[in-house]
Amino acid sequence: MTAMLEMRNVSKSFAGVQALRDVNFSVEAGQIHALVGENGAGKSTLMKVLSGVYPHGSYEGTIVFDDEERRFRDINDSEALGIIIIHQELALIPLMSIAENIFLSHPPSKLGVIDRDEVYRRTRELLAQVGLRESPDTLITDLGVGKQQLVEIAKALSKRVRMLILDEPTASLNEADSAALLERLMQFREQGIGSILISHKLNEVARVADHITVLRDGRTVDSIDCRAEPVEEDRIIRSMVNRDLAHRFPERSATIGEPVLEVSNWSVYHPIHPERQVIKNVGFSVKRGEVVGIAGLMGAGRTEFAMSLFGRSWGTNVSGSLRLEGGDMVLPSVAAAIDAGLAYVTEDRKQLGLILADDVRKNITLASLDQVAPGRVIDDIAELKVASDYRNRMRIRCSDVYQETGQLSGGNQQKVVLSKWLMTDPKVLILDEPTRGIDVGAKYEIYCIINELAEAGRGVVVISSEMPELLGICDRICVMNDGAFVGEFPATEATQEKIMRAIMRNDRNYESGEPEAAEMGGSQP
Amino acid sequence: MTDKTVSLPEERRHGSFIKNNLRNYGMLISLVAIMLFFQVVTGGTLLQPLNLTNLVLQNSYIVIMALGMLLVIVTGHIDLSVGSVAGFIGAVAAVLMVTYKVDYTLAFIACLLVGAAIGAAQGYWVAYFKIPSFIVTLAGMLVFKGLALAVLQGQSLGPFPPTFQKLSSGFIPELLPETGTLHPTSMLIGAVLALALVYASAKSRSREQSHGIEVEPYAFFLGKSVVLACAVLYFTYLIATYRGLPNVLVIMSALIALYGFVTRRTVIGRQIYAVGGNAKAAKLSGIKTERLTFFTFVNMGVLAALAGLVFAARLNTATPKAGLGFELDVIAACFIGGASAYGGVGRVGGAVVGAMIMGVMNNGMSILGIGIDYQQVIKGLVLLGAVCIDVYNQRR
Repeated sequence: MTAMLEMRNVSKSFAGVQALRDVNFSVEAGQIHALVGENGAGKSTLMKVLSGVYPHGSYEGTIVFDDEERRFRDINDSEALGIIIIHQELALIPLMSIAENIFLSHPPSKLGVIDRDEVYRRTRELLAQVGLRESPDTLITDLGVGKQQLVEIAKALSKRVRMLILDEPTASLNEADSAALLERLMQFREQGIGSILISHKLNEVARVADHITVLRDGRTVDSIDCRAEPVEEDRIIRSMVNRDLAHRFPERSATIGEPVLEVSNWSVYHPIHPERQVIKNVGFSVKRGEVVGIAGLMGAGRTEFAMSLFGRSWGTNVSGSLRLEGGDMVLPSVAAAIDAGLAYVTEDRKQLGLILADDVRKNITLASLDQVAPGRVIDDIAELKVASDYRNRMRIRCSDVYQETGQLSGGNQQKVVLSKWLMTDPKVLILDEPTRGIDVGAKYEIYCIINELAEAGRGVVVISSEMPELLGICDRICVMNDGAFVGEFPATEATQEKIMRAIMRNDRNYESGEPEAAEMGGSQP
Repeated sequence: MTDKTVSLPEERRHGSFIKNNLRNYGMLISLVAIMLFFQVVTGGTLLQPLNLTNLVLQNSYIVIMALGMLLVIVTGHIDLSVGSVAGFIGAVAAVLMVTYKVDYTLAFIACLLVGAAIGAAQGYWVAYFKIPSFIVTLAGMLVFKGLALAVLQGQSLGPFPPTFQKLSSGFIPELLPETGTLHPTSMLIGAVLALALVYASAKSRSREQSHGIEVEPYAFFLGKSVVLACAVLYFTYLIATYRGLPNVLVIMSALIALYGFVTRRTVIGRQIYAVGGNAKAAKLSGIKTERLTFFTFVNMGVLAALAGLVFAARLNTATPKAGLGFELDVIAACFIGGASAYGGVGRVGGAVVGAMIMGVMNNGMSILGIGIDYQQVIKGLVLLGAVCIDVYNQRR
């Protein structure tokens, strides 16, 4: 069978960072091709190249579709050929109806007036095709995520789809909805539609995929024909994570003391959907001088957990007990959390961490203005000295402390945020993705700072999606999945495979009772 | 830190210094240019002592409200109701003082409290209910315009007790023997103020220098101080040759100094800017963002009330039409003065200069006999132009 789509030797780099390296990828008509890999392995980049988000010329390599080389200038070019991508964040307009959303860009019309009868007729057809029993008039906002996903697929079908790309389609779906969605995919296979399925859920992949390609650090590292050989979960996991530790980490000799933060039976509900429990009665602790890592995939609930600890800045109906240095604490606000000795360095520096238009000095002192403001009046000399002091200690590269933080590089911005929180003199620091978007040199500096913090007797919690980073800097690694801790390893015993397995096992157990799951378990050594 | 002070060649330092400060002083330079322009085309009428005094009296209530509006805009909000609130408070004051003969001090305090309550009511919806301030204060604009009409039953009400009128039409009492047309007390106050300003900036400069902070070049400092002192002295001289310093100018100056200090040097001022700059980051830094937003609206209400009292005292009567369109001048003053519509940016000095630019243009065009129709066209274009220049400067 000849391939409908072939991507040959595709390479793509961003400002010196190689995102894709000589990737070969092909999909046949009526095939479900799964694309797996860690966060940042290059899956999304590859799909953006395919769909024309990155136009021809911005990457190297060739795309062949229907035996013809294609040079997409934008996403319209790829859509015209029937290559439709459905993103993880759905692109539906919440306050419009299903019918209006499906025919948003090209509604059937007569003389420029939308033909409503035709719109409804075709919407009903499409909804029947995807198995969604809803009126075309229903507003998107009244649908659950699973049904919204089906609307997206109906929208794709309205464009005469030939190749459907699904980016983590089941990440936010429950079991029944996931199963229904995968069922649709298998129907499309019968109709000769090719599908590319990006997923972290290996059990799903194993159930529906005809072919699996594993990406790691922008390369194709494994390609499995599921019809020819059995799917081994361990093999996939090994391919996904196995790599040399490219980054270097500073030496670390820990002196671990008494527990400083202890959390038990912690439970948090979603602020917009209060019936959804996001953090499920978890326990957690950090000791003085200890660096604890929290591993997990995106959406596992790590950020939500951290922010709910930090003065309930995320979620509703937060309950559970929190002890700091052995004393029970109730922290109803961020100010109370800071006073108690907690600090949270957000994963989103620009949106949540910094005031980009303000200078370095103002950002550093923002959370502890009282220290430089006797009688609520700011002593500008004292403030300048504190800020300059942190600038030197943290080696923040800026022209002076009056420079706008928005002008600094990512690494230096992160050091400004760290300075801000160090100035509050916290007992426990929670760092959420502290090295995201930072170059290798600055990463090393951040790791050194983390070491120093721990040596000074503070408890440090690092949330990171980069497993080598956690392995390199932590004393203990806890694995979170779906709002609960599913594994814990001392640094000496932890490996990337063990962490990944803990996550994947949990995902599979989540759907226990499925015959496929049992089969997969049996195929393991 | 001393070793961190970079010493550049004198000329380069001067060059970069001018460039960095042009933006800060740009609007002030525009104000001076506009004043010179009208001084020339009106044949010297603009800066005649009588006209200058009138200019101050006419614009005092705009400046007072601009101080409050600046804080509201800095937090990323807007208050469209200030004109109506000022009118309503004028009406309340008239009813209290004229109809019910309430003591003017008591009435004055009661009016400010009503202003605070109005600000609190609007601020509550904006800060805690997250209703867009544009809508809340648009509603407030209608409500208080209507209430002013209702309180006055559609009639004008006056006159006010003479002591209350002094708030706007009075001048500071003369304590020294008069010498011809010059009022020596006012002149003395002006001279002391000029000296105090120069002394304060010299002291802060030497303090910064002693801590090894890079300061402006000495020549600039000297030039700036001389220009500042001369401007203050000349201005007081002109005012003093008419009837001396108006009471309202003293109140206004004190408020400008107070708000300048609060915004630049206090914790609460810094936090207000942080809320406007990035509310989420401010909240995650332990700042009580809702409470601060609420506070800026309460403050705005008090200042709108004060402006309403000043305006009523000036007209010596409360009319249902008082305060009509004030909000536009006040908001324009803040934006001309460099405040950002997105929040987080804006200076008290800028808002005051912005208000003066509007005031000088009103006054100058009236002297020239330009009709109210084209005055509005020109003011509108100046507002657009000023904000365009600011946006252009920021992009550069």
